[in-house]
Amino acid sequence: MNKKQKKLLYRIIAAAVLFVPLYLISEGIVPNDIPRWAVFLFFLIPYLLVGHDILRKAFKGIMNRQVFDENFLMTVATLGAIVMGEYGEGVAVMLLYQVGELFQSCAVEKSRRSITGLMDIRPDYANIETDGQLEQVDPDDVEIGSVIVVRPGEKVPIDGVIVEGSSALDTSALTGESMPRSVEVNDDVFSGAVNLTGLLKIRTTSEFGESTASRILELVEEAVSNKSRSENFISKFARVYTPIVCYLALALAVLPPLFIMITKTGLSNYAGIGALWREWLLRACTFLVISCPCAIVISIPLSFFAGIGGASSQGILIKGSNYLETMSNVRTVVFDKTGTITKGNFAVTAVHHSPIPEDKLLEYAAHAECNSSHPISRSLQEAYGKHIDRSRVTNVSEISGEGIIAEVDGMKAAIGNEKLMERVGAGYQECHHAGTIVHVALDGAYCGHIVITDEIKDTSKEAIAALKKAGVEKTVMLTGDAEKVAKAVADEVGMTEYRSQCLPADKVNRVEELLADSSERSRLAFVGDGINDAPVLARADIGIAMGALGSDAAIEAADIVLMDDDPLKIAKAIRISRKCLRIVKQNIVFSLGVKILCLILAALGIANMWIAVIADVGVMILAVLNAIRCLNTKNM
Amino acid sequence: MKKTYKVEVDCAACANLMEEAAKKTPGVKDCTVSFMTLKMKVEFDEGADPDAVMKDVYANCKKVEDECEIYL
Repeated sequence: MNKKQKKLLYRIIAAAVLFVPLYLISEGIVPNDIPRWAVFLFFLIPYLLVGHDILRKAFKGIMNRQVFDENFLMTVATLGAIVMGEYGEGVAVMLLYQVGELFQSCAVEKSRRSITGLMDIRPDYANIETDGQLEQVDPDDVEIGSVIVVRPGEKVPIDGVIVEGSSALDTSALTGESMPRSVEVNDDVFSGAVNLTGLLKIRTTSEFGESTASRILELVEEAVSNKSRSENFISKFARVYTPIVCYLALALAVLPPLFIMITKTGLSNYAGIGALWREWLLRACTFLVISCPCAIVISIPLSFFAGIGGASSQGILIKGSNYLETMSNVRTVVFDKTGTITKGNFAVTAVHHSPIPEDKLLEYAAHAECNSSHPISRSLQEAYGKHIDRSRVTNVSEISGEGIIAEVDGMKAAIGNEKLMERVGAGYQECHHAGTIVHVALDGAYCGHIVITDEIKDTSKEAIAALKKAGVEKTVMLTGDAEKVAKAVADEVGMTEYRSQCLPADKVNRVEELLADSSERSRLAFVGDGINDAPVLARADIGIAMGALGSDAAIEAADIVLMDDDPLKIAKAIRISRKCLRIVKQNIVFSLGVKILCLILAALGIANMWIAVIADVGVMILAVLNAIRCLNTKNM
Repeated sequence: MKKTYKVEVDCAACANLMEEAAKKTPGVKDCTVSFMTLKMKVEFDEGADPDAVMKDVYANCKKVEDECEIYL
């Protein structure tokens, strides 16, 4: 509790201590013969003690022509009750209203703190070594290219490259991934990660303000300003709700008693004209107590904020409440294959029809391709895995669109596609496997082929199944691959549709076609790896970039950013958004329902002021507690 | 030009009132007040002097919500 809240708490306690005996006296529960005017004066003490700031604010509101605020409503309602002799009720309403205010302010403060706690990735200092002594400096003052020291247990303050040391990093605050990542010299590290085991020296590659941790925090804070439709609805609603209820209260105070007086129906139910007016005025005051819209106004943005905060603790950055809302209606998910379903790195998966040992074949292929930086060449070298002795390779000639011919150990090796085999006159065998096929011929004799495929991620299949379970009807894969490869991958992971041989420029058109079926209740999400797909990310209802840690372009272009490259996070993001929206709807229906019910009961004279204020405060407390549930995303 | 200011305000409805008041202030192109982060994000009109505009914003906010505070 802060100072302001403590002060309010003391005022509430003091007023309550004074109020209880006074109430017992005024209701005659404790026999006494204190005159009414004295009781009235005594009641004024707790009333002013607990409500003086409300009265003052209401008065200022009127002076500033800002009449219909909650302070005004509470003032009119409680003063009305007191004027009509219901001292006890008038004071109690003010007291309970302040209890509600106190609770609300504490609850919001607490959730604000726990959300910022979840996102506690902002480093406070950086260590710089000067003359063998470590010095703590403000990370803002560290220039690009300086070497900083991160001890075990400390947060990496600024993005950089390791120049000395090796360690394990806990990146869970950034990616939601709990497995520590081991790093060594020349590895990139991102700010916000916690160094677990060894001392690291890091050469910074960006300024603090441009570092990952700062950017993520900025993004999440920015997110709150992109308001959702529910939030806009509520703030519009609050603007009209209060005046409407006020006019209704006025009508309730005047019209029914006038009607009864003129028509004389049911007048006998009242003790007289005075009692008639008093009864309806009290009902009108009860109306005013219920008219405060704060329960709804607070719980909706709180739900969204908690949802965004909870998601970010799982490595899912959502750039606004509006995207959270759209995400909950996603029925179609379109994937750009490379980098989302597959790892985006090529690997040798098989060697076929080789008359010589497989590793020998790979050795020749890797050596022949040793001067090329093409992904295929690199995957061959990786599969070979041993040191490449360049002196064994001579007379390398690259034939564009076909492959490479080189002499390895004096043998003429031809590594390439079918066309190259025809060129060197080797009778090749076709492959039935999906993937890129690299044929090998040694001294003109065919020596089999190597199958290279882009590996499917371990969790891709599970991720598509999880999406289906989360209510996604259509999963579409876009790829530049040939039909055969595309079909194989799509079938393996369980995609409902695929589009093969898409040129990068085609992707926008394909997504446009799919968007034609998109509607309010059925949104389309596009998942890309953030490389070259900014136009598509922007065109889809929701653009999701994955594996975005350290990629500024992806963070810029997407609406939802997955910090690591696990496709399971997509379904998780949908589940979080659904839960959040469900809670928002519960709160809207529940708070409005109770309010309307109370309004009806008050108009009928069934609910008195006590019930009204307890309903009002109770609804607010329940709605806030419900909203905080959005924060819990751990086991989703 | 955009600038962010720290604010203090008691309730969500009051934050909405502040936002409305700030938006109506001359020199302010757009404004959002977040009750959750207690931040006011102001986008100024081209060529407006932020310091002068913020003085008016502050005065207008005070008018609608007496208890608010903007840390300029």
